[in-house]
Amino acid sequence: MTLESAMPAPTLILDDVVIHHGHQRLVAVDARIAAGEVLTVMGPSGVGKSTLLAQVAGFLAPAFTASGHIRLGDVDLTRLPPERRRLGLLFQDPLLFPHLSVGGNLAFGLPAVGGRRSERRRARRRRIEAALNDIGLASFADRDPTTLSGGQRARVALMRVLLAEPRAMLLDEPFSKLDATLRDEMRRLVFARIRARGLPTLMVTHDREDAEAAGGQVIELAPQPQG
Amino acid sequence: MTLFETTVRLVPRLTLLLLIVPVAAGLAGVVAPAFGWLPALGGERWTLAPWRALAQAPGLPDMLRLSLVTGLASSLAALAIVVLFLGAFLDSRLFHLVRRLLSPLLAVPHAAAAIGLAFLLAPSGLASRLISPWASGWTQPPDYLFPGDPAGLALIAGLVLKEVPFLLLMSLAALPQCQAAERLQVARALGYGRLNAFTKAVLPGLYPLIRLPVYAVIAFATSTVEVAMILGPSTPPTLAVTVVRWLGDPDLALRFQASAAALLQLGVTALALLMWWLTERLVAWLAAGWLENGQRRRGERLGRGFGAGLTGLAILLLGASLAGLALWSLAAWWPFPAAWPSPMTLDTWRAAADTAPRPLAHTASLGLAATLLAVALTIGCLEAETLRRRALRPGTQLILYLPLLVPPVAFLYGLVQLQAQLGLTPGWPAAALGHSLFVLPYVFLSLAESYRRLDPRWGQVAAALGASRARTFWRVRLPMLASPIAVAAAVGFAVSVGQYLPTLLLGGGRLATLTTEAVSLASGGDRRLTAVYALGQLALPALGFALAGGLPRLLLRHRRPSP
Amino acid sequence: MPSRSPLRHAAHALLAPLLALTTLGTAMAEEAPLPEDWADIEALARGQTVYWNAWGGDAATNRYIDWAAGRLAEQFGVEVVHVKLDDTAAAVSRVIAEKSAGNVDDGAIDLVWINGENFAAMKRHDLLFGPFASRLPNLALTAPDEHPEVRTDFTLPTDGFEAPWGKAQLTFYYDADRVEAPPGGMIELLDWAQTHPGRFTYPLVPDFLGSTFLKQALIELVEDPSVLAEPTDGHDVEALTAPLWEFLDALHPYLWRRGRDFPASGPQLKRLMGDGELSLAFTFNPSEPAAAVAARQLPPSTRSYVLDGGTLGNVHFVAIPFNAAHKAGALVLANFLLSPEAQARKQDIDIWGDPTVLDMTKLTSEQRAAFDSEDDHPARLPPDAMGKLLPEPHPSWMEALEAGWRERYADDG
Repeated sequence: MTLESAMPAPTLILDDVVIHHGHQRLVAVDARIAAGEVLTVMGPSGVGKSTLLAQVAGFLAPAFTASGHIRLGDVDLTRLPPERRRLGLLFQDPLLFPHLSVGGNLAFGLPAVGGRRSERRRARRRRIEAALNDIGLASFADRDPTTLSGGQRARVALMRVLLAEPRAMLLDEPFSKLDATLRDEMRRLVFARIRARGLPTLMVTHDREDAEAAGGQVIELAPQPQG
Repeated sequence: MTLFETTVRLVPRLTLLLLIVPVAAGLAGVVAPAFGWLPALGGERWTLAPWRALAQAPGLPDMLRLSLVTGLASSLAALAIVVLFLGAFLDSRLFHLVRRLLSPLLAVPHAAAAIGLAFLLAPSGLASRLISPWASGWTQPPDYLFPGDPAGLALIAGLVLKEVPFLLLMSLAALPQCQAAERLQVARALGYGRLNAFTKAVLPGLYPLIRLPVYAVIAFATSTVEVAMILGPSTPPTLAVTVVRWLGDPDLALRFQASAAALLQLGVTALALLMWWLTERLVAWLAAGWLENGQRRRGERLGRGFGAGLTGLAILLLGASLAGLALWSLAAWWPFPAAWPSPMTLDTWRAAADTAPRPLAHTASLGLAATLLAVALTIGCLEAETLRRRALRPGTQLILYLPLLVPPVAFLYGLVQLQAQLGLTPGWPAAALGHSLFVLPYVFLSLAESYRRLDPRWGQVAAALGASRARTFWRVRLPMLASPIAVAAAVGFAVSVGQYLPTLLLGGGRLATLTTEAVSLASGGDRRLTAVYALGQLALPALGFALAGGLPRLLLRHRRPSP
Repeated sequence: MPSRSPLRHAAHALLAPLLALTTLGTAMAEEAPLPEDWADIEALARGQTVYWNAWGGDAATNRYIDWAAGRLAEQFGVEVVHVKLDDTAAAVSRVIAEKSAGNVDDGAIDLVWINGENFAAMKRHDLLFGPFASRLPNLALTAPDEHPEVRTDFTLPTDGFEAPWGKAQLTFYYDADRVEAPPGGMIELLDWAQTHPGRFTYPLVPDFLGSTFLKQALIELVEDPSVLAEPTDGHDVEALTAPLWEFLDALHPYLWRRGRDFPASGPQLKRLMGDGELSLAFTFNPSEPAAAVAARQLPPSTRSYVLDGGTLGNVHFVAIPFNAAHKAGALVLANFLLSPEAQARKQDIDIWGDPTVLDMTKLTSEQRAAFDSEDDHPARLPPDAMGKLLPEPHPSWMEALEAGWRERYADDG
């Protein structure tokens, strides 16, 4: 694990990805996202941005059909199940598990490691405390996620994804549900982390400020004429 | 307050009355004779003699063990299959196929499924015929003890087969409520395999929502009479079967002991529920660390294999049981080891066609009336929740499920007692009311989550546009819920079609339905005619489910489905 | 057969305790007396609907009842509704419930197919209307003096509270393709079972037919069967029944499923024969094997016989509850069931095959001709085999045997 995460992150490649809904062509994207770069896909709602993200993540609904390839460096992800793609996915909602504590949610993201049982548990505990410290939520480990504020929840969700050691990031309108004041803060936090880890990132959004904050290439999707 | 609101606010109380009076009266009617009070049979003083007689009944420990073990084991197995299936296949293509295969199987009445399974697996059954004599060498049926094995394995199998579709349907209804799709996506994006993602991220949210249906399954499985008669052992049988046997014994003195046994049955069911509840606590405690240990793929392949295998087996067994029934309905003389009846004949169907129309009409009219009443009361209760902006009290909800949790052998007394006390003539109205007692909890169970989940803002939008509460209800909420209401109605109808004792007791025996005919025929030896009626018993609810799937689509055909 | 399968009449069970809490009208209303003249009864019956509660587990019987209903509508303008019971005890319970609820003239049951313990229970609790049998004109076609069983129900005199309808005799049947020489008695049966393990069994006691098997065995095994006509009181039941338990202990290991599981009823026994799991079985209806072959439920090679020393026999009846709402209609129906037309049809192997209770000497030659069977069905009991009829023991013996059986074999798990 440690060896892998120390390696430079590869490039995320969308190789001629085209998605159809029935006979209607919905989205077509052909792009390369280098390590630490953010590609923003913009467009009004209903244009198929989230569908594109679902295809990259491996969750495309059966009603859609897709062609083209998704690659992470040399690895073709197109046919892999979502859990094997190692893509960090951040949703509009933080989606913290209500049956787990804040610490439990982070532990859920943290991969299992070998070693003696008691040591293992202590090591995990330490990493979770460090992670909470990192996002300014020290001593929040045993809290119920529902007692957190919106911004705190968003930070826990980000940290949960990062702890899983993804090799690329997918952001699905990640800031749209936050207050205006929190939004800036969260943007800074997310993009700083992504750059620090050198993760190639695909973001879909309808908010131009998101794209500006990301500072990478931008693809604008136009609504397709209704068939 | 408008008339609409007044009416709606009254419905919960009315519903509780309808449920609580018969159940309470029924239990009272068991308690008295269990302690010796039954003047009609000369019991005029309170005594513990019935309990002493019960304690000395041969085989009592075995009966208790059987009831508990088969009830708990079958519930556990059914739940495990549903969990493994959902875990292995949720949101996959196969999932939709299996869902479509299993849903109609929900319509199979318990007795029909048990009869079918018994024929499939008996020494002279279809399975044994298929391998005889070419593979097994059997020219005469072998003499093995199945179904009816002393351990109750056949009984467990029969119960599992019948409960899997029910629990699956209940789970499917609850999945959206616990945001299953989102939870699953988050967990899989974090690298969790399908099954691990489901058990660690979705199940902890899903289980509390299907807990009541699971309890209903346990209560049914520990106290079933029909299934245990057909598939269970006979020396001794389960406690519930014993209760019914004693109650039916011409030796009227056995009634006292039978009443005590009926109370004991209530205790057995309660004990089973308690044991399950304790196990729930234990599992929750044990699993706390496991949920957070970060392991993502452990047991993934094995679990998925089991999920696929067990689901496949359940579908295969149920399908083969039904196919066996269909073959029998067409069979002439069909000796062992012929695997295919030859010649085939429609004689049995023709004979049934002469006599079936009346039972068919009774079945349909009772089912429709009971379902209509149950659906109206359920919607009334749920709309009252909406008006009050809070859910029914937990106690109220428990009472709603009372007829599912209290074994019918214990409280059916009360229904008839009440009927006689009030001087009500036995017949169609009484039977329809009795059916609705059992239909209501299932309808409520099926509909409540969808109703509560409906975004309250729809109502607020309508109100802001100047619509009255009644108008909002009729024109906004009801049409939006057409689909779940139709499914709940179909479930209720299926439950009504399967009712035997309430029909017989409250109808004064004059209302022949497909089920009363099938059960009385099953007591005879003609498997062909039994098969015809069992298939008819199955066809009506299946029709109901087909309509439930099709009607809302037809009513809303001008709306585009949202993607 | 009014059988006693345990499953479904929780009904019966569920109804009786009513008495416990209802102490409503126990006072009997004076009922309007029925007219003396039979023609007046027929006139009164016209337009009535008679609810006939009868076991509905046999399709052939049900069809026969349907036919009778049709004839009654044509001939007498009486509508007959067959209330199909899975157990006659359910009807008994309903009458008890009605009585305790003070319903004395508007009962739900007008006629009930009954015999044995259920009759005894109803008679003991004054739940029957009558005596009425002597009012039926067709009762004159029976010969109670020559065949006392038409007025004795399990040693209990019927006293006119029920009218005979059909006859039963314990009859064994076997598959001739598999069995060359069926056993002619209980000792031979034990030998036979040892050479054909797993191919014979009896219904779960206290099923009616199962208990009958015990009685039959007891009659053969006890030294002096005459004691069985008396109540058990004053006899050493333990000693007298010891040979029976010894016999069963020896037999059980060679029964179907080694005696660890039993079929629930006679019809299930028949089904096991049809499935080929058994090679030898028995029934209380002498014509049932032949009828079942005709109905393709038993192998064509089925043959019937009666044990060498004779077998138990009895008669089944119809009775009218004390509070029947349509007594005139019920009387007309009971009389019709005794008519040569109805009895001949009932005995017809292609219809039902239930032997008649009429005495052939009382019939005109024309009426007699209707009873002549054209083809002698090979599965049918030869006519001369009937008649070796053993009387039923006193009911207390049945209770003793059932209790003893339960003690010894009910827990074999």
